Amino acid sequence: MNIYSAISSNKNKTWVIMFLFVVFVTTLVYIFSKAMGYGIGLAGIALVIAGFTSIGSYYYSDKLVLATTGAKEIKKQDFPNYYKIVENMCIAAGLPMPKVYVVSDPSPNAFATGRDPKHAVVCATTGLLEMLNDAELEGVVAHELSHVKNYDIRLMGVVAILVGFIAILSDLFIRATFFSNRDDDRGNAIFMVLAIIFAILSPIAATLIQLAVSRKREYLADASGALLTRYPEGLASALEKLEKDKTAPKVASNATAHLYIENPFDNKKVKNFFTGLFNTHPPLEERIKILRQM
Amino acid sequence: MNIIIIVAVILAILAFVWFLYNSIIVAKLRVNEALSQIDVQLKRRTDLIPNLVETVKGYAKHEKQLFEDVTKERANLVSASSLEEKAKANNQLTETFKSIFAVAEAYPALRASENFMQLQEEVSDTENKIAYSRQFYNSNVLDYNTKLVVFPNVLIAGMLGFKSAEFFAATEAEKKAVKVSF
Repeated sequence: MNIYSAISSNKNKTWVIMFLFVVFVTTLVYIFSKAMGYGIGLAGIALVIAGFTSIGSYYYSDKLVLATTGAKEIKKQDFPNYYKIVENMCIAAGLPMPKVYVVSDPSPNAFATGRDPKHAVVCATTGLLEMLNDAELEGVVAHELSHVKNYDIRLMGVVAILVGFIAILSDLFIRATFFSNRDDDRGNAIFMVLAIIFAILSPIAATLIQLAVSRKREYLADASGALLTRYPEGLASALEKLEKDKTAPKVASNATAHLYIENPFDNKKVKNFFTGLFNTHPPLEERIKILRQM
Repeated sequence: MNIIIIVAVILAILAFVWFLYNSIIVAKLRVNEALSQIDVQLKRRTDLIPNLVETVKGYAKHEKQLFEDVTKERANLVSASSLEEKAKANNQLTETFKSIFAVAEAYPALRASENFMQLQEEVSDTENKIAYSRQFYNSNVLDYNTKLVVFPNVLIAGMLGFKSAEFFAATEAEKKAVKVSF
């Protein structure tokens, strides 16, 4: 997969996910309203709301992501070194200068968001800026800018919002189904079961979407980032530092986990089938190994 | 019937040439854009020189030769039109900047001056930016030049008047330099 096919595949996937989201939510609400005995009107309302959410996620995902992480935009004089490195990597990648943000958080991590290179944001935590030297920070910034260049940020931003929405929705359903005191007849009972199944399945489906969009592109971004810095060791040693660090992040959530350069919930103590299944990132050791072989 | 076939074949060939032409011209435009990025950074660098000369003069009056050199090289860079001239002038400047900073070592008051430190910072930042814009330019040149010589582009590229683009050469010292920072 080269970068041009990555770009068009990301653009297409974004549309598909936005469309599937609307279908999924409408179906979910339809089944739910059948089970609870409401009319079809509720599904119609859901269709409209899901449609707007989907379109909104395309345009405003970056703002929402930045708001949930508590990131602040910075000027050159605030973090001159970090800002200069972003400038340099943009020149190397031939990208317009993105907005530069910082999250005040001792846990080292970084992410990029936005909908295209002209509306992009690069964000790092203060922990990351303190921990890394210039060559390592360059590696991390180059990795993030590769996400920008490949349009990963568009897909990942849309996924963050829509997945977050589904998580909230299914949460509501589970509560509503268990706490409603209706006397249901048999037909409704079947829908009731379906509603429960859906409510359980939806977060899993959402997680699987996150996985599908996240793993391969981390390798691709590592590789194209190394192409920008011409120094794979920089990113490799940055990832090594991230791996050793165990500071818990203050403000990452399940909906935004896949945006970061390193999985913010990876504490490396629980290693079983489920952590593997739900891990949004390929193992760091693997990424470091590949970078060192370049 | 035959005429229709002939027309169809000609149209197919034209469509094919059109497609190839577009793919090459896009690559060429990318090269030009990357070149203008280098120019932006070279301009930044030439703009720094008068300021730097003034500052150093304030502390190290008798390094006349150095000031003459740097002013001459700046003029060379500003007037350079071909890529080769630009690269050469730029590389000479890099060397002269090195000697200026080496000379500054002998003047503690200069080294300690806030203005000088800031300029030194700016110069090294600009040098990094030139290096990165050169890297971006060269990768675009590689892409474009490859497009010219692969089959079937090679059959028509010459006829359409496309010429391979020049790489922006680095100094010998820079070629050897390995980026290490601990």
